[in-house]
Amino acid sequence: MDPATAREAATLGIWAFLATEVLLFGGLFTAYIIYRIKFPQLFYEDHLKLDRVLGAVNTVVLIGSSLTVALGIAAIRKGRVGLLKLYLSLTILLAGVFLGIKYMEYTGKFHHGLFPDTDIFFSLYFMLTGLHGIHVLAGMAALGTVLFLAGKGRYSESYHTPVEITGLYWHFVDLVWIYLFPLLYLVG
Amino acid sequence: MKEHDSGIRIYLVVWGALVVLTAVTVAVSYVHLGMMNVVVALLVASVKASLVALFFMHLRYESKLVWGFALTPVFFLVLIIAGTLLDTSFR
Repeated sequence: MDPATAREAATLGIWAFLATEVLLFGGLFTAYIIYRIKFPQLFYEDHLKLDRVLGAVNTVVLIGSSLTVALGIAAIRKGRVGLLKLYLSLTILLAGVFLGIKYMEYTGKFHHGLFPDTDIFFSLYFMLTGLHGIHVLAGMAALGTVLFLAGKGRYSESYHTPVEITGLYWHFVDLVWIYLFPLLYLVG
Repeated sequence: MKEHDSGIRIYLVVWGALVVLTAVTVAVSYVHLGMMNVVVALLVASVKASLVALFFMHLRYESKLVWGFALTPVFFLVLIIAGTLLDTSFR
């Protein structure tokens, strides 16, 4: 297979995977919509218990990590491996900050006696943000692998498909949060 | 070279727009607009999602085939939500 065909196949592969991911989260989003219509008062009261400032900070953190991964890809397209490694490290760091804030939020909720089995709103909150958090962890592992391989000199101006593919996955993780944040924190 | 530099400028502009839109959606959430709160929040989120997909995910430069792969799950998601609502709303 020539490199251009291989690259196109890989791009289609990750988009097909992301399609399954949309539907994985889609089931939970559907549940959210159904129960929000059924229990509007409960959703309204419960969403006020979430910290929208922390949620907003985490949104900005994740958007920033999308930028750094995009800049990393732009760097390796020019063959600048050092710059790629810097941006990948920054992305992983921001992902860590995101999970750190999420950890603070979770412990805060537990402290106030709010658990996944408290009511349907918090069930959905913990399921959606938990599933998303697992995706953040998976993204960190993928980005870490790419960083490791970049360190071994595996990528160059002419070959960097795995960097682009991992970047697409990371942007998707950001994309899911873009919907989770307003639905859970802002309009409950 | 020049093309790549302008690419980085686009990334920075998109990032700025995403941060501003986040601030907007948080600010609007403090104003009581009833049902319009949900509409505005989803509208802003969709604009942000489109920016991420078009620019960060390079969908703007991709072939029709990739667009097909990207839009098909959206179609099925709408189908799932609409189908489920048709059931639960009329019980």
